[in-house]
Amino acid sequence: MTFDVDRKNKQIHVEREFAAPVETVWSAWTQSEFLDQWWAPKPWKAETKIMDFRVGGRWLYAMVSPDGNKHWSLTEYKSVAPQKNYTGLVMFCDESGNANADTPRSLWNNTFNADGDSTVVDILIKFDKLEDLEMLVGMGFEGGFKMGLSNLDELLEKK
Amino acid sequence: MQPIGCVNSSHQMKRDVFQAIADPTRRAILLLLATQALTPNALAEHFDSTRQAVSKHIKVLSEADLVKQKKVGREIFYEVNATQMKQIEKWIEKFKGLLENRFAQLDDVLSKLKNK
Repeated sequence: MTFDVDRKNKQIHVEREFAAPVETVWSAWTQSEFLDQWWAPKPWKAETKIMDFRVGGRWLYAMVSPDGNKHWSLTEYKSVAPQKNYTGLVMFCDESGNANADTPRSLWNNTFNADGDSTVVDILIKFDKLEDLEMLVGMGFEGGFKMGLSNLDELLEKK
Repeated sequence: MQPIGCVNSSHQMKRDVFQAIADPTRRAILLLLATQALTPNALAEHFDSTRQAVSKHIKVLSEADLVKQKKVGREIFYEVNATQMKQIEKWIEKFKGLLENRFAQLDDVLSKLKNK
């Protein structure tokens, strides 16, 4: 995976090759039955409530913690060129999909390039400010990790 | 892509850090202060700009928490706030780790799909 931070333009550029043809990789990124299997960093799980993959459509899903807490997120699809590219505005929201105006948004521009039997996905993420990363990673790592540890504490207490 | 839910910031910065370091003069100020704490006057001597211009840059850096003041006797010194500088790098590294984890999981999904 290549990972470049462009501080001046407040964006991150990522490239990653996947060992599957472009149709398969595209499906894995755009269909909720697949997204739910890989989008959440373990031990969290992604649970889709609404998936409407088209321009103007939305993906509303929850990241579910090991003890069942749900953190809701929304992607609004801005453009779609099948098996080539899509852009989506990502934000936090409530379970009805009402965006939380106080939390950061990021714009994802994902391009899929076939390379024989493999696919290279080119991801450009644009932030309002790079400090927003604190929030983006906060729950995924520290929150999840701490939660994992507190589960362990509970288990140990029961013993 | 996307993360998960809300986290409380330990403090609210008044200014965007990356905007603060986008300016070449401010980066030069940070480099100077990284080697030693300096008074506003001593700092201004290193630059062709007016003292007023330099103090404006310092204000921006202070508002982004990149630079902090310390008082020695009657004099005010500016120094680099190392914690703030490291924080940003930490978030970037964690974000990278988040993507790596996620893509490893996607590799598994794709290999299952191929074997179907």
